[in-house]
Amino acid sequence: MTLEALSAGKYAAYIWPAYAVSALGFAWMILDTLARARRWKRRAHRLEGEEEG
Amino acid sequence: MSVLAVLVRRELSLAWTRGGGALLAVGFFVAAAVMLPLALGPAPERLAAVSGGVTWVVLSLASLLSLDRMFERDFDDGALDLLALGPLPLEIVAAVKCLAQWTVSGAPLAIAAPVVAVGLGGPVALAPMILVVAGLGGLSFAFLGGTGAALALASHRGGLLIALVVLPLLTPPVIFGGAAIANFGSGLPWSAALCLLAAYAFACVALTPFSMAGACRNAQS
Amino acid sequence: MFSALANPARFMAFSRWAAPILGVIAVGLIGAGLWLGLNAPPDYQQGETVKIMFIHVPAAWVAMLAYACLGGASFISLVFRHALADAAAKAAAPLGAAFTGVALVTGSLWGRPMWGAWWVWGDARLVSVLVLFLLFVGYMALRASIEDEAKSARAAEILALVGLINLPIIKFSVEWWNTLHQGESIMRAGGPTLAPAYLTPLLLAGAGYSAAFGALWLERIRAEVWRRRATSLALRAALA
Repeated sequence: MTLEALSAGKYAAYIWPAYAVSALGFAWMILDTLARARRWKRRAHRLEGEEEG
Repeated sequence: MSVLAVLVRRELSLAWTRGGGALLAVGFFVAAAVMLPLALGPAPERLAAVSGGVTWVVLSLASLLSLDRMFERDFDDGALDLLALGPLPLEIVAAVKCLAQWTVSGAPLAIAAPVVAVGLGGPVALAPMILVVAGLGGLSFAFLGGTGAALALASHRGGLLIALVVLPLLTPPVIFGGAAIANFGSGLPWSAALCLLAAYAFACVALTPFSMAGACRNAQS
Repeated sequence: MFSALANPARFMAFSRWAAPILGVIAVGLIGAGLWLGLNAPPDYQQGETVKIMFIHVPAAWVAMLAYACLGGASFISLVFRHALADAAAKAAAPLGAAFTGVALVTGSLWGRPMWGAWWVWGDARLVSVLVLFLLFVGYMALRASIEDEAKSARAAEILALVGLINLPIIKFSVEWWNTLHQGESIMRAGGPTLAPAYLTPLLLAGAGYSAAFGALWLERIRAEVWRRRATSLALRAALA
């Protein structure tokens, strides 16, 4: 059943790039969002620490 | 009443003198339209087929570029602050500015439009419809373009930012106007498109002054 | 409920667990949807390319959802002057642009085998998504071009609301124009007569994409809250 799921016949050249682009889009969104969150959380906590210290 | 009249007279004269006013807009319009046969080649059938649409598109660009400094000049020399504090609401001031822009630049552009379209090879029979569409559409362009100009005040960046922000919003009038011209040319019913164009234009006149005033106040604060 | 979230501290506490949970839900729903969709029989008209529908249509849905969220957050920010609402609007824009971009590319790839062209202006939905992409780009360009943060926020709010009001009219005008130019047969595979074998995976994927947007949006708002906190702390330290 999995083999049929992955079979794309003559349209493979369209189907796989479409999935690849979607995956790339998600990858960018996830990585950029998480990186952004981590960077600013770290900086905010560091500055908070400096203020108290 | 006289306060309004003074403002109208001021805005009309500003629109006229600011950067050449009508002449510059029409000049750009013609110069850009000339690009089409240069790029597309001189084959008359091909040019004639696209003449209406291209005229319309280039008209919208000419309208947008000419309202670049609509608010900026007053903003820079402090006149906008005085206008904001004056007896007339800032919304009215914004509306008057846009109407002045439409009168001084939009009307000459509307008159030039059929000439340009015919020059590009379009049928002469289309001329009256192009004139009407350019006039009504010009009203939408002036008011939506004014919204873009007011929003871009705070950024001190002009022309291209305004165009980028405003162009997608111009989708409805561009479609309605283009459909009116195309349908008129091919003998199909065109009144629905024209009504939609007019309705959109009047909605812009009624609603956009609020966003313009808000954007001006934001830039001033 | 929203007034409870309006407090930044409470929002941060809420989103701390809400974002990852939404993410997990998203993975589950998208996985289930794609599994069912990829295993569905090929459409008699489209063949295997129907498999693209499951990643294109949800992306287009979320593109619209993202703009609605951007508009809604902008409205709240304008009316209630709430910094968190403004952060939410700012955060939604790049996500919306990304989903819209994906929708456009997958739509083009979906259409090419069917219509023989990489782009068909006759598809009202696709053209509306293109205009939507430009609206997102314009919003981000305006925000980026104004240095003062408060002014940038206010100007962006106004633009978002102007865009939100315009959006139904834009969609109407594009569809109206499309019916005028009816000549090619437009693929309406997303229509109401979709077979259950396709509808279920499509809805699952749609729900999954929406949950993914929710998770990413919450996390981006968190990042923005921290950024503002860090910026104001740095300013205080510099002035101290």
